[in-house]
Amino acid sequence: MINWSNFIAQCFNGLVLGALLALISSGLTIIYGTLGVLNLAHGAMFMLGGYAGWVAYTYTGSFLVAVAAGALFVMLVGLVTERLIIRHFYARPPEDQLLVTFGLGIVFVETVRFFFGSLSKTVPPPSLLTGITNLGFMVYPTYRLGLLGIVSVALLALYFVLYRTRIGMIVRAGIEDSVMVDSLGINVYRVFMLVFGIGSMAAGFAGIVNAPVVSIAPDVGDAILVQTFVVVVIGGVGSFTGAILGGLIAGEIVSITSMFNPAYSYVMLFIAMTLVLVLRPYGLLGSAGRE
Amino acid sequence: MTAFDDHDGRKAPAALASQDLSSPAMRPMPFALSRRNALRAGIGIVGATLVPGIGHMGLAYADDKPAIGTWPAGSQGSSVFIGAAVPLTGTYAVQGEDERKGLELAVEHINTNNPLMKALAPKINNGVLGKKVELLVADSAAKPNQAVQAEQTFINQNKVVLMFGSTSSAVAVALNKFAQREKILYMAGISGSNDTTGKDCVRYGFRQGFYGETAANAIGPVLLAQFGKNRKAAFMTPDYTYGHTTTKSVADYLTEKGGWTVVTNQVSPLGTQDFSQYLTNIGNSGAEFLINVNWGRDAVLSTQQAKQFGIIPKMTLVVPYQIPFLAKEVGPDLTAGVFAATDFWWTLEDKYPLAKMFVESFQKKYGYRPEWGAENAYVSLGHWARMVTEAGTFYPPDVIKQFEKGETIPSLLGDVHYRPQDHQLVRPVILVRGKAKKDMKNDEDFWEVIGIVPGDKLMQAPDAFGCKLGDYT
Repeated sequence: MINWSNFIAQCFNGLVLGALLALISSGLTIIYGTLGVLNLAHGAMFMLGGYAGWVAYTYTGSFLVAVAAGALFVMLVGLVTERLIIRHFYARPPEDQLLVTFGLGIVFVETVRFFFGSLSKTVPPPSLLTGITNLGFMVYPTYRLGLLGIVSVALLALYFVLYRTRIGMIVRAGIEDSVMVDSLGINVYRVFMLVFGIGSMAAGFAGIVNAPVVSIAPDVGDAILVQTFVVVVIGGVGSFTGAILGGLIAGEIVSITSMFNPAYSYVMLFIAMTLVLVLRPYGLLGSAGRE
Repeated sequence: MTAFDDHDGRKAPAALASQDLSSPAMRPMPFALSRRNALRAGIGIVGATLVPGIGHMGLAYADDKPAIGTWPAGSQGSSVFIGAAVPLTGTYAVQGEDERKGLELAVEHINTNNPLMKALAPKINNGVLGKKVELLVADSAAKPNQAVQAEQTFINQNKVVLMFGSTSSAVAVALNKFAQREKILYMAGISGSNDTTGKDCVRYGFRQGFYGETAANAIGPVLLAQFGKNRKAAFMTPDYTYGHTTTKSVADYLTEKGGWTVVTNQVSPLGTQDFSQYLTNIGNSGAEFLINVNWGRDAVLSTQQAKQFGIIPKMTLVVPYQIPFLAKEVGPDLTAGVFAATDFWWTLEDKYPLAKMFVESFQKKYGYRPEWGAENAYVSLGHWARMVTEAGTFYPPDVIKQFEKGETIPSLLGDVHYRPQDHQLVRPVILVRGKAKKDMKNDEDFWEVIGIVPGDKLMQAPDAFGCKLGDYT
């Protein structure tokens, strides 16, 4: 017997969780699509965004400054990391790329733990978005509603950059065939650096806007990384719209399953991923020819 | 990042070393070495040199007892090693770090005849039986396989005479079984599951701390007295042995003795970050009480998010198994008025002189007042040192028999004793209630002690949870 008000509330939870997953996954998927590097430090980027934002919040008391600091700091980390480390791994086997990004993730997490400890840090939501909102059919934390809006705007902005600008066109062309882009006289390495920066920024931005919901700790990115992979696989590697669709599907699966038996939420998520892999190995919106 | 656990570089050498040591014949021939085999052989050789006397273990020690576990090899040098596997990363990292500090302080005190440690173990003499004690610590991340691998490394490389650790009863149960197999003593540290000294108890394992059943029987009467009968409760439970057994103990007490109803039990995996779906179910359940059995960071996040959803203060929060640093992390606004059961709280220093000595020396060294993870670790090592020195030997069966005498011994909270039938310490459970911010006398004065409940009345019959200890040798 389904409790309908609970069902609607769970669908809503799924939407919020899904939007967040979509944002983080879109960063991961454009990096993998363009550079061919599966960035296992993406979860750590999410964490770094939270901490950079928390530091900025501690000094300024402004949520907006915190969000800007989180996003920009992680973008900078992304750019520097690509230039100094990732670039030297493009020609090396995928195992090496996995190892170096996995190692980078550990370095980031343990550096943060060294300076800030393991005790969790809280960033309160902006005063405009505190409290609980009564939607008529249910009550919901106001900030989570705001989060849905914030993440939607960020995804739209990312969509605009990718689909309505020249640089976006180059990035999309790079996802389809980076060798061809290179031979057309475009400096593909500069594009790679930028994509790594933007992809990391998506994770960093998500990290700080999520901080008022899930207080931050050095390990905050670990679980997110796993879910993000699932989203990318479901949506299709390299597909921005696939990441959004995959994120929403993953969010809804986790939330709706939990209505019946929470212990099976993540099992269902992985079953869904397995089904997609069997029936459509390139993901729902991915295409077979990409490299 | 579970998928990559097995590729964690820190563990590989141990596994290789153990293979090579246990089967020298399997070492690669020195011809046509691949790079990997060369590395493996190198590690094997290095590993072998780290373990003096491995070839003539048992022969060298002219005792009438056969070698067992790491005995006698582990106690033939000038020092003995204790191998601790505590979570320094992950969901329980904060609590594991507190445990680590408690261990570190205990070892320092054992080696320097500190008066507090002398009170717990009078026969220490700048060490134990003429040996300095050295502490080895590895990160378990609260994962059983990682903890067992870490201890295996310590056994191979250092011949540890005692294993310590957990925070996560899943780890405690795994190390219990490992200890029994390897015949090396094990003290469980933080472990709240009934199973640790219940159905998964072993001859080689001991537990100092309180657990689900004693927590339930201590806090249950207070809840009934405070809130009356026939109330409705929602549980939040982490999905492993600690969560399931503790929820069962608390729910059984409240339903059987108070006619309460469990309207929902939301089970979440260890390490959950977003509790919205669980909290939505609870918000729609009609419960009056939120009984949160989650632990570590799971407890912090689920409590904070319950506030975000308005479940707190609509429902009354109860924490049957207190989480070190919970109040510090979520803030006194959320813990004010909350009832909890715990192992230790620092204000007990007003009542117990040994507790005062402990809190003072801990605070002096680390700059904050210890939580019960540190207390549990410290007292566990103190009791081990006492048993070894009283037995006069490191020979594990003799040390176990010393524990099993069940003698009355001191703790930071007065006299206690180990129950010979299941190796559980019979010790008081502390009941606390969260203070409002305005009532706090300093920035760590989060809880008011409202009761010290003697342990013997709280415990199940020794065989009620199916404990069968197993063999000495």
